[in-house]
Amino acid sequence: MSQKTKDISRRGFLQRSGAAGLVVTASGLVLPQATLADTPNKGGHFVLGLKGGESTDTLDPAINLGSASSYALYAFGDYLIEIDPDGGLVPALAESWEAAEGGKVWHFTIRQGVEFHNGKTLTAEDVVKTLQRHSNEDSQSGALGIMRGIETITADGNTVSMTLGTANADLPYLMTDYHLVIQPDGGMDNPAAGIGTGPYKLTSEEPGVRYTFEKFANHWNDQVGHFDSHEIIVINDDTARAAALQSGQVHAIDKVPPRVADLIGRAPDVAVGVTPGRGHYIFVMHTDTPPFDNKDLRLALKYAINRQELVDTILNGYGAIGNDIPINDAYPLFDDSLPQRDFSLEKAAEHYQKSGHDGSPIVLQVSDAAFPGAIDAAQLFQQTANAAGIPLEVKREPADGYWSEVWNNQPFCASFWGGRPVQDQMWSTGYLSTADWNDTRFKNAEFDALLLEARAELDPARRKDLYAQMARIVWEEGGLINPMFNNFIDGYSEKLGGWTRHYSQMMNGFAAKLTWLA
Amino acid sequence: MLKLLIQRLSLGLMLLVASTVLIFVGTSILPGDVAQAILGQSATPEALENLRQEMGLNDPALTRYFSWVGGILHGDLGTALTNGADISASIARRLGNTLFLAFWAAIISVPLAITLGILSVRFRNRWPDKLISAVTLATISLPEFIIGYFVMFLIAVKLRWVPSVSLINDGMSLAEKLNAIALPVIVLVFVVLAHMMRMTRAAILNVMESAYIETAELKGLTGAQVIVGHALPNAIAPIVNVVMLNLAYLVVGVVVVEVVFVYPGMGQYLVDHVSKRDVPVVQAAGLIFASVYILLNTAADLIAIVSNPRLRHPK
Repeated sequence: MSQKTKDISRRGFLQRSGAAGLVVTASGLVLPQATLADTPNKGGHFVLGLKGGESTDTLDPAINLGSASSYALYAFGDYLIEIDPDGGLVPALAESWEAAEGGKVWHFTIRQGVEFHNGKTLTAEDVVKTLQRHSNEDSQSGALGIMRGIETITADGNTVSMTLGTANADLPYLMTDYHLVIQPDGGMDNPAAGIGTGPYKLTSEEPGVRYTFEKFANHWNDQVGHFDSHEIIVINDDTARAAALQSGQVHAIDKVPPRVADLIGRAPDVAVGVTPGRGHYIFVMHTDTPPFDNKDLRLALKYAINRQELVDTILNGYGAIGNDIPINDAYPLFDDSLPQRDFSLEKAAEHYQKSGHDGSPIVLQVSDAAFPGAIDAAQLFQQTANAAGIPLEVKREPADGYWSEVWNNQPFCASFWGGRPVQDQMWSTGYLSTADWNDTRFKNAEFDALLLEARAELDPARRKDLYAQMARIVWEEGGLINPMFNNFIDGYSEKLGGWTRHYSQMMNGFAAKLTWLA
Repeated sequence: MLKLLIQRLSLGLMLLVASTVLIFVGTSILPGDVAQAILGQSATPEALENLRQEMGLNDPALTRYFSWVGGILHGDLGTALTNGADISASIARRLGNTLFLAFWAAIISVPLAITLGILSVRFRNRWPDKLISAVTLATISLPEFIIGYFVMFLIAVKLRWVPSVSLINDGMSLAEKLNAIALPVIVLVFVVLAHMMRMTRAAILNVMESAYIETAELKGLTGAQVIVGHALPNAIAPIVNVVMLNLAYLVVGVVVVEVVFVYPGMGQYLVDHVSKRDVPVVQAAGLIFASVYILLNTAADLIAIVSNPRLRHPK
């Protein structure tokens, strides 16, 4: 029977590859014919199976916590600006934008003739109210952190203007944050109604179970939203999610566990999409607490971790090694001139000797709540550190309460950062002296000054240089041990056309908008 | 007998009141802060403070207990702290789904278990008895999720007979719903079958030692007639007890099966809210689970009383 299945799938593969525009030339090379593959089919029903939904989820974009329910926001909502596959900016509800006064004031021209699902027409006033709801002081919005720098938001005709306390060259990037769905009247009266201007109109909502949508006929952009209807099913169990994809009940799933990614990719009709991410699995030291206030001890630990081994075992190879900074080449304006820190027991031992540590145990507190495999990662780290003569000990902490009791409280622990759209945001939330989430207690006046200078710098080349200088400071002085960046792994049906790699998982959340049934 | 029944009913009622106190005290001493649990790692201090004030969690415990019990008596379970949804409405939907699944699992498993129990008594210590015992004991020994994954792999992924995701909604016909829940029903039947079947077998065997069974055999009845006509009616009390326990399990103990098959029932709902420290929902769900247990156990006792001639016709 298995032989038969294989035959069918091979024939099926040839048919599909023909349909997808793959041409086998006489020399045996496989060439893509972009023109055929790029013509979207209209119609059909698209089902996503997603992890991380609960019956407590809400569609209020301000307090939506991401994961499964945020894909509903991507379906029913639109943003001022979107991010393209390469991380560039694409106009959406804002047709264009420009900076004034050296990045202190920003003007956005709002697209005209856009209709909300409740029949109202989008106005600049809706945009102003939406952004105000996310930025006023008693807001519960998850976007409050990035919106805080905005002092006034005003509308004038089609134009929305924002005035910032200090200049910020990255403001357009911040407008792509998933919370900032433009809602009628800013969502002031009924924020969780699920009404937006997006390509799909919400037809039913069962938090933690499923969301259903139908195509919104009056959407302003007929280049997106090819399906007649769309459904999001919450499947929290990893095995059940994979089974749903393999049995053809869903077209795509997110968060495929690295250890089964190869197995799923081997199944017929199913492909695995890997996106190098900005998320990083890390160990953080408080640079103001002994013994971690000693730069040599920090360097000793940084040299004593075998990054490649962690990527291979903890991530099953689905990741990239880190370099003790929170930034990688997935970010715009990344400078790759910083040398990769190697794994060197000699250098580790040398710095450890230089630090003059008294030999008392150095305790690393971990839990799998920090990231999947954190305990294993810490134990591998312990082995290599002990080989270099560093008395590293691993202490296991309960998962419940890890983020409130251990992380950002204890001097040396495991952590996870999901990354941010732009460098400025990543550095400001985690490494500025005054940041709430400065989980390495990194306080460096030179770094702070560079960060503020870069934020106001409108010349990209100069900013790139400033960011490179900042990265080098953190690389040298910081309390961050960053062994690895994890990849996002999606699984999708090969019946889908238009699936491309974006800078974030699930085509940056826009799979339902951009794919079609081939 | 009426007095016995009334006694048993009032005992059930008292248990229910006691369970409200236990649930309330238990949830009150839980550590953790709801506001922090809701906002998670992405909580900013401002957002945290705003949320805490809005929720007003600072009233004294006794006041909160009586307003909670008062609300329940009016059929009002309150609103969920996390998403502001009306708890009664959300639970009604989830409980309906759980009962739907439990109903079909029970419809299949209870008659099947009793039939198999009778069969194994009829063929005691012969191969049908041994086969039935071996299979049912094997299925009860495997964890539910293993059986779940196994049937999912075989029936949904390989054979593609039924879906692996058991989502049901109001728009589906009964046939569609039954098709969707086929796999969880199979798993649940496997899980509860052995317990009930073994108890049926043991209870009937116990009665089979009695003198009147010998009389029945001597007057020439066949083995099956003796078991069904004479032994079973007198073994009903322990069987009903264990059946009710398993029915209760089908309602309150199916979290794992619900998660594996993505079934929108009570178990998943409770777990979601426990992890968010959503106390009103946890209390309401706890109360419902306690009521189901008390109700089914009381029912078992009542049936035992009614089915016992000595209690039905006291001298």
